[in-house]
Amino acid sequence: MQQLLEGEKELIIEKVGEILGKHGSDRENLIPILQEVQDSLGYLPGLSMEIIAEAMDIPSVDVFGLTTFYNQFRLNPPGKHQIKICMGTACYMVGGRIALESFERHLKIGEGETTSDRKYSLETVACVGCCAIAPVVVVNEDIEGKVTPTRVDGLMLAFEADEQEEEQKEAEENEEKGD
Amino acid sequence: MGQASTELYEKIKAAATEKITALKQKPVVLVGMATCGKAAGAEKVREAFKKEIESHGLEAQVIDVGCMGHCYAEPLAIIAKPGHTPLCYGYVDEELAKRLVIDFLVNDDPCYEFAMVALETNDVFPTFSDFPRGVYEQKMILEHCGFIDPEDIDHYIDKDGYAALAKILTLEPEEVLEEVKSANLRGRGGAGFPAGTKWEACRKQKEPVKYVICNGDEGDPGAFMDRSILESNPHQVIEGLIISAYAIGATEGYFYIRAEYPQAIRTIRTALEQAREKGFLGKSILGSDFDFEIKVFQGSGAFVCGEGSALVSSMEGKMGIPRPRPPRLTTSGFRGKPTVVNNVKTFCYVPLIMKNGADWFKSTGTPGSPGTAVFTLVGKITNSGLVEVPMGTTLRQLIYDVGEGIPDEKEFKAVQIGGPSGGCLPESALDVPIDFDSLEEAGAMMGSGGLVVLNEDDCMVGIARYFLEFVQKESCGKCTFCRLGTKHMLEILNDITQGKEKDLASLDLLRELAEDIKAGSLCNLGKTAPNPVLTTLRYFWDEYIVHITEGRCPALMCKDLIVYYIAPELCSKLCNVCVGSCPTEAIYTREDGLKAIDQEKCVKCDNCLKTCPPQYNAVIKLSPPEMLKEKEGGSAK
Ligand SMILES: Cc1cc2nc3c(=O)[nH]c(=O)nc-3n(C[C@H](O)[C@H](O)[C@H](O)COP(=O)(O)O)c2cc1C
Ligand code: FES
Repeated sequence: MQQLLEGEKELIIEKVGEILGKHGSDRENLIPILQEVQDSLGYLPGLSMEIIAEAMDIPSVDVFGLTTFYNQFRLNPPGKHQIKICMGTACYMVGGRIALESFERHLKIGEGETTSDRKYSLETVACVGCCAIAPVVVVNEDIEGKVTPTRVDGLMLAFEADEQEEEQKEAEENEEKGD
Repeated sequence: MGQASTELYEKIKAAATEKITALKQKPVVLVGMATCGKAAGAEKVREAFKKEIESHGLEAQVIDVGCMGHCYAEPLAIIAKPGHTPLCYGYVDEELAKRLVIDFLVNDDPCYEFAMVALETNDVFPTFSDFPRGVYEQKMILEHCGFIDPEDIDHYIDKDGYAALAKILTLEPEEVLEEVKSANLRGRGGAGFPAGTKWEACRKQKEPVKYVICNGDEGDPGAFMDRSILESNPHQVIEGLIISAYAIGATEGYFYIRAEYPQAIRTIRTALEQAREKGFLGKSILGSDFDFEIKVFQGSGAFVCGEGSALVSSMEGKMGIPRPRPPRLTTSGFRGKPTVVNNVKTFCYVPLIMKNGADWFKSTGTPGSPGTAVFTLVGKITNSGLVEVPMGTTLRQLIYDVGEGIPDEKEFKAVQIGGPSGGCLPESALDVPIDFDSLEEAGAMMGSGGLVVLNEDDCMVGIARYFLEFVQKESCGKCTFCRLGTKHMLEILNDITQGKEKDLASLDLLRELAEDIKAGSLCNLGKTAPNPVLTTLRYFWDEYIVHITEGRCPALMCKDLIVYYIAPELCSKLCNVCVGSCPTEAIYTREDGLKAIDQEKCVKCDNCLKTCPPQYNAVIKLSPPEMLKEKEGGSAK
């Protein structure tokens, strides 16, 4: 499990508390609660599941079991750039695997992992309903069609350029503050 | 008492029609904004239309619509200008949007050169029925998809939406039930179970609290019919759900929609709210004494949850694990109460049947499978998208006439139908009519409507392996055969596609395992999981043999059985594209200026093959890999 960042623990306690407050502690609300926590925090930290289990008075293994059973739940923090590669039939047959491998090579992480700087995460999904432009990659919320390895190179370059620009901005801001 | 509902409806309808008629007095631009449209860039196109319209100070409306099924030509836009035939334009980009505003809306030139099809019969431009696709296609439940605003209930009402609801409120629930039974409406979620029979079983239960659930889990990893319908015409599904609740005597309804479909979830939520405002939902619907509420439950990404009992169990906050029958869900389902689960499409037919009658419905399709079938046509096919044809249409008509065949002058090899529960059918099976029973005889399954066309570049062992890997991951693990049997089969298929399996006896073992899994699994996930393997063994036996005995993948797809090679006789010394495209620097320039691949470094990413200019096409794949020695031996001379 990933290390929590500074201040993350407090944030988890606050957000999970809010969401629990909105729903009753009825077992039927468990999945909607987990979904909302994930929407809010980006993933389900172990701590959040423990808090939920206690509030709902169910064994925490039940909550853990549920989150591993359902593919939607993410136990690792997502990257700033969430990359999802479609592995639906249409995409798989025209190079979905090749696109996945290209990203793996670039990022040096595997499917389901996040880079240690939490900038990128890689996931696979099954059919996002855009088979007509397969292979499809979903970057954050945007859908990219016909993703060849060269397109992967292009996407990565664009990300890196964005990152650099941001870093530069930050550096400039810090400098200003320093003045 | 019942008549009140029709009168109330007539008022609502008149208001909606007035609004839509007023809308049509001005030019209207409809942009396809379902997930598929957005993916192709429809948002930018819409903005371009809006900006250009504004800059010319025009009084024209831009409206988001859903998917009209011609996904291959997205982004799509329809322009309806008073005095002109409404025209549909395909492959619209920002430039074309601007041009259409200036040429068509400002001036009066409809730009026929960019138009794809006209939506009304006219003397100038062809309509859908003038194309082969239009001849075979018959739209029942997709009729309005892509032509109405899914976010505005008045568009649906203007098309007689909710008229069926108003009508059935004047009937007894039993009469509604009889009509659906007489229509022989079979469930469109895969198994084809008669909906009326299911409803009746539920209605008969003494328990007063009953539930009806719309299954929008759509787990087949290559299909998107349900998503498209939910996004494009949500009220049709809602109306069907309300009518079914009336017939069954249900008190509460649910939409179970998979998490991967955020837009469908949003659209349904908005639609439910609007239906409530109009009085189609909630307490005393349309002034009757019928109360009914619908809620939305968001699935969380487990294929097995599409199975009725697993779906119910996941709604109860538990793991989605199927349970044995009896008791059936109609006896004991959600919260232990009688429950009906039907597919999205099944509900869509209900308002149409109630409006037009069972005989109307039965006049389309075959006696055993009346009505239409909705498919997503994808893969190696010219016109990919969403299609609706009468049951009984053959696969050949669907692929060659509706889909316009295989692109790039490639050979058809197989069609995968029914997803992980279905099978791969070869050329010789293309004259099988599409209906529940014929497809099952051929070893495949109707499934929920995913249809993937495969050509000569697709390896049949590879696709069997793909589906098995999918079900293996998605097996809930409850049944030993499903859990371990699929794992064992997957190992064998992995070995075959990696060239590690040299013994033909492994194919017998595959068959035996398949039979055991079919016999020993509780739910249809396990029972049908071996289908993709069994059909490929049955129809593409030779491909398995060649993999095992020669270590060769005839489709050049199995990564471990191919190598990339640059043919010296085709390579141009002057071009360097492949060298630059290689992510691992595996391509180098030989002393004589030709390019070559260092096999140790090559990761088989396909980059060089894709980037080598078409006038050379010098990068080729060889299988088995040993062929390389021959080639290199030859060229060294
Ligand atoms: C593993 C598995 C997955 C299924 N997935 C779906 C699905 O995604 N959508 C669906 O409507 N039915 C699915 N079904 C079928 C349902 O169990 C059920 O038969 C169907 O929802 C009933 O509706 P219908 O009679 O209208 O088809 C699935 C069945 C199995 C065994
Ligand atoms: S298979 Fe990838 S979008 Fe459908």
